Amino acid sequence: MSTIATPLPEAPLDWKLPYRGKVGMACLIFAESAIFTIFVVAYLYYLGKSLSGPTPREVLETPIFYTICLLSSSLTIHFAGKLLERGRRGAFLTLWLLTVILGALFLYGTGQEWHRLIYRHGLTISTNLFGTTYYSLVGLHAFHVTVGLIMLSIVLLFALAGRVGPEQFRRVDVLSLYWHFVDAVWVVVFTVVYVLGR
Amino acid sequence: MSSDAIAMQTAEAAGRPWVLTLHEWVTTVDHKRLGALYILYALFFLVIGGIEATIIRIQLMHPHNDFVSPQVFNRLFTMHGTTMIFFVAMPILFGFANYLVPLMIGARDMAFPRLNAFSFWLTAFGGLLLYFSLLGGNGLYGAGNAPDVGWWAYAPLASRAFSPGHSSDYWTIALLASGFGSIGTAINIIATIVSMRCPGMTLGRMPLLAWMNLVMSGMVLLAISPLSAAQIMLLVDRYLGGHFFDTQAGGSATLWMHFFWIFGHPEVYVLIIPCFAFASEIIPVFSRKPIFGYPVMVGATVCIAFVSMSVWAHHMFTIGMNSYANSFFTITTMAVGVPTGIKIFNWLGTMWGGKIQFKTPMLFSIGFLFQFLIAGLTGIMMASSPFDWQLSGSYFVVAHFHYVIVGGILFALFGAFYYWYPKITGRMLNESLGKLHFWLFLIGFHLTFDLMHIPGLLGMPRRIYTYEPGRGWDTLNYLVTIGAFVQGIATLVFVANLVISYFKGAKAGNDPWDAWTLEWSVSSPPPVYNFRSLPTVSSRRPLWDLKHPEDPDSRYE
Repeated sequence: MSTIATPLPEAPLDWKLPYRGKVGMACLIFAESAIFTIFVVAYLYYLGKSLSGPTPREVLETPIFYTICLLSSSLTIHFAGKLLERGRRGAFLTLWLLTVILGALFLYGTGQEWHRLIYRHGLTISTNLFGTTYYSLVGLHAFHVTVGLIMLSIVLLFALAGRVGPEQFRRVDVLSLYWHFVDAVWVVVFTVVYVLGR
Repeated sequence: MSSDAIAMQTAEAAGRPWVLTLHEWVTTVDHKRLGALYILYALFFLVIGGIEATIIRIQLMHPHNDFVSPQVFNRLFTMHGTTMIFFVAMPILFGFANYLVPLMIGARDMAFPRLNAFSFWLTAFGGLLLYFSLLGGNGLYGAGNAPDVGWWAYAPLASRAFSPGHSSDYWTIALLASGFGSIGTAINIIATIVSMRCPGMTLGRMPLLAWMNLVMSGMVLLAISPLSAAQIMLLVDRYLGGHFFDTQAGGSATLWMHFFWIFGHPEVYVLIIPCFAFASEIIPVFSRKPIFGYPVMVGATVCIAFVSMSVWAHHMFTIGMNSYANSFFTITTMAVGVPTGIKIFNWLGTMWGGKIQFKTPMLFSIGFLFQFLIAGLTGIMMASSPFDWQLSGSYFVVAHFHYVIVGGILFALFGAFYYWYPKITGRMLNESLGKLHFWLFLIGFHLTFDLMHIPGLLGMPRRIYTYEPGRGWDTLNYLVTIGAFVQGIATLVFVANLVISYFKGAKAGNDPWDAWTLEWSVSSPPPVYNFRSLPTVSSRRPLWDLKHPEDPDSRYE
């Protein structure tokens, strides 16, 4: 029996498969998309079904500035990754920091909007169906932004310590894939909540 | 790895304190150990779920029986369903996938070993949480402990008003935790198969087991995520006063049904596709022929995955959908039968003209084939919505899906146990005990689940606590319960076989079945690193090529 233990031929050199980090992140994005789809479906299904006010038309204001912040952070993280690949650490650090700031600004915007809705309009998650679906959908997205920000900040700390070099660019790439996903979800949420839903 | 090294390891292991060994198992990130942990964990819950089923059957043995109270009965069927699906079937299949996929594609481990461990422990704690409800579910005095809302937890039954205390919350959080575990493992399996294949292992040469686990994992991503989303919504409803499924505030109970079954039906295929995978590995080896129609097999699997994503509402024909929805879901449900039928013909085609060896793994696989066919046929019957209106919520449905899960999934799983146990432990399972297990289980299974269709046709509703005598259900229910006991005894034989063979079984050697996939090229049990040097393959049956250099498969593929 031991004769068949090893004699399989040696590996050729030109065998390349996709990077596993990227595949893993793509799968996570796939799963997350399914989760968001369910929340979006619930939001759309319950539009106009609330038995009492306030309604989206009465209280929602389109967060254009913060949307621009979040969407442009996709650009900054993309170029940050490119710069890292070319070994330009200083430029990478600047753009990465900018990404974190833009993401944090967006989160601040969400917080401000929620504060206004809760204290001025009295809309909470238990007020009516609109409140339930709105806070869950936007909250789920904000949760993903928060997770993304934590991960971005960890990379930022490592970068400040001088530990992020061109050899890590594939890992940074995986993170930026996640960040692009968070942005893409916001495009959907924005369209559903602020454009179609009013 | 030479046998001296193994002997040395065993000698070392014997001298070490058990705390160290335990620590090693708890902190392990090795795919083989995690696979074994998954399987052992699932077997433990299989026993618990089996005991619950037995109590349910004792209660239904006679009309007007009161072996347990109605409240306890509700908890039993809820826990039985939840346990068997989420904490037996899923983890046991993930366990086999974890153990076998890297070995079969020539990798040293999964793509993300630590994620693998994390996912396992999430699932493990999910099961623990579910059963902790027995202690912690009693939120209000007299609120009841274990979940009792059925494994669907239909709204508004699962809302605060009708399910006070914490029992439903334990159910929700247990499913959320194990759901995230499942998603993690699915991501891991996909990344492993996509990125870790050994040189020469193109997608077209991959063993069917790897292919089917790839498809299954893709389905897990698409199916478990909606369930997790729905569970989050239920938590929002129960804890934050949300109104998703609160009909008093304009919410919809039907939406929960949709969300649940968008998960629920693909889940059946998530469970059965790895079993197809077992059959696709076992049947060729014991027919001494390569699999018939490999590309068609892969195509049919992908096809099943696609179509099964659009059949969920056939669980909801009785809630009153419009005729377009009814027709759509009837047609798609029947359409799933086509690729499934292709698979059955392919397995038959593999056996046709082969030198069939009726060893225990093959017996279970043939049982699987036959019973899964019948389960599929009753499925086609109920796919027709007018027929379903008559029988939905009856014991006919219970008989149908147990035919799938026990007759299909469990039989294929038993086959997988007999086939890969030698690889995992290094010892053969006892063949006579195996045959006894097979025949006893087969008789018990058919006694229980063939007969169970009839009270369903006669109008016996599912989840009923007890029934009036003289409706023609009495004798049948009595026989069904006897069948359950026969299955119980058969399972004991199986467990005894697992334990006895572990210590006394014949040494297996690397390749006891003269099989063709890579896992049989390494020692049994495999070394920690799996392959000393990464293998290179040039056909679908690398070990055939190795054993028959004069006539390798690569010449024909």
